[in-house]
Amino acid sequence: MEEKNFICTACPMGCKLIVRMENDEVIQVLGHRCRRGEGYGRQEATAPKRMLATTVRTINGKHPLLPVYTSSEVPKAKMAEILAILRQVEISCPVKMGDVVLENIADTGIDILASRDM
Amino acid sequence: MKESYDVVVIGAGPAGLASAIEAKKSGADKVLVIERDREPGGILLQCIHNGFGLHTFKEDLPGPAYAQRFIDEAASVGVDLLLDTMVMEVSEERQLWLSSASKGYFSLDAKAVVLAMGCRERTRAQIRIPGMRPSGVFTAGTAQRWVNVEGYMPGKRFVILGSGDIGMIMARRLTLEGAKVESVLEVQNYLSGLMRNYVQCLEDWNVPLHLRHTVKRVIGKNRVEAVEAVAVDEKWQFIPGTERIIPCDTLLLSVGLIPENELSKQAGVKLDPITGGPVVDQNFQTNLAGVFAAGNVVHVYDLVDYVSEAGDQAGKAAALFAQSLLTPAKKTIPVKAGKNVRYVVPHTLDPLALEKEDIVLQCRVSQPIEEDVWFEVRNENQSIVRRSDRYARPGEMVSVKLTPSMFADVMQADALTLDIYAKSEA
Repeated sequence: MEEKNFICTACPMGCKLIVRMENDEVIQVLGHRCRRGEGYGRQEATAPKRMLATTVRTINGKHPLLPVYTSSEVPKAKMAEILAILRQVEISCPVKMGDVVLENIADTGIDILASRDM
Repeated sequence: MKESYDVVVIGAGPAGLASAIEAKKSGADKVLVIERDREPGGILLQCIHNGFGLHTFKEDLPGPAYAQRFIDEAASVGVDLLLDTMVMEVSEERQLWLSSASKGYFSLDAKAVVLAMGCRERTRAQIRIPGMRPSGVFTAGTAQRWVNVEGYMPGKRFVILGSGDIGMIMARRLTLEGAKVESVLEVQNYLSGLMRNYVQCLEDWNVPLHLRHTVKRVIGKNRVEAVEAVAVDEKWQFIPGTERIIPCDTLLLSVGLIPENELSKQAGVKLDPITGGPVVDQNFQTNLAGVFAAGNVVHVYDLVDYVSEAGDQAGKAAALFAQSLLTPAKKTIPVKAGKNVRYVVPHTLDPLALEKEDIVLQCRVSQPIEEDVWFEVRNENQSIVRRSDRYARPGEMVSVKLTPSMFADVMQADALTLDIYAKSEA
């Protein structure tokens, strides 16, 4: 049996979670004080996800960079690949907040959105 | 003829935009926001990370998107915006002197003013780090502006002093941009920012956090070459023998924020030495009638959602004042910081205001308590309200709500005191 330790971020409390695993499957979550904490522990132990925010280069923008973000959480394991793709992107302004800058990035089914008008 | 406005708001960050929108919605006819930058939005524009709006919009937005919603709403309700303009002076009679490249030096009148200038970062000069004076020592927020807006990397190898939220967020941001963050040093024995930032910005990217550590010395002639880190005791004294040289080319400081009140001071607004911001009542009105203050200019918040709420309140009160609809207080009582409380906002309140509306007291705990706690408001020995929580941490603002049901008790009080203590001590 394997044990993984996490600090839960489902709320600001920051419970210290212990997730017991066997053959890559969660068998028990300990240390949580609510149901969201148990869900967080299972997710973190098996397939952790994060929101990702970064910038892309602009053409004719008020600033040289446009802030962008992922339409939902992406797998942590895919973050390096996503960043490498976005480093190659240039976007022509004007852009509106929420415009899709890149669809289905790295085959995640998740879009990259503009964080603001520019 | 000199222009005249019902409500003039100084600063187009989250507090200022919310104030202006709410002032307009509360019946003020002419509302103006003055901003020194060339675009509205304030510091949110450089906070490209997510985590904004969870409370207000029930969505996880990046900073610029949170700002954009308020910018769009301000435009749609008809708030006027004066950009690239610096307010030089505000008088007690609410006359403002301004300066801009396009209009020169000019003046306008306001029936009510909302101060929403936000805060600035504490710098190296204010924390006195010994050593040499090379380039490569910046505040975390300056680095944030360069990396996220202007497109410059300030270095390749970083040490960050202070575990404030901006410092931790920059640790992640710099790592994502290919830099190496060697270490985050924190002089306290607890994190000064939010736990989720520790997890998502430091743990996720293997950036080590060293509590009870500080920078003893900056090393480097022209450019930072290294810092000497050292462990400290509970009185922040260096512990001999724990020194360690960390090679790096940049030291970022995330060592606290100070409300920016040069204008307030000059206008005659009374400041609280603990918060560094104006002394305010339950309407966020300062000691000067018709001069209100909202957001980080009053005290430093950890979540922008609450900054916007403060803006709403100040903007509404300013609009009522401008229309001569704000009832002057017949009696005001002080709200005092009691046991283990660093400060409380508002500093004073009008008990009569509680007859119709809730009054929310916001405060910060002095020392962290990692067990079940009470937040209690009392009049001398009589408890007026108490609520519990599972911990109290200096990094997270705490609020306690007074409701009209407590009106009778508060009317009898000459002062209110807020205490924070472990339930096991009760």
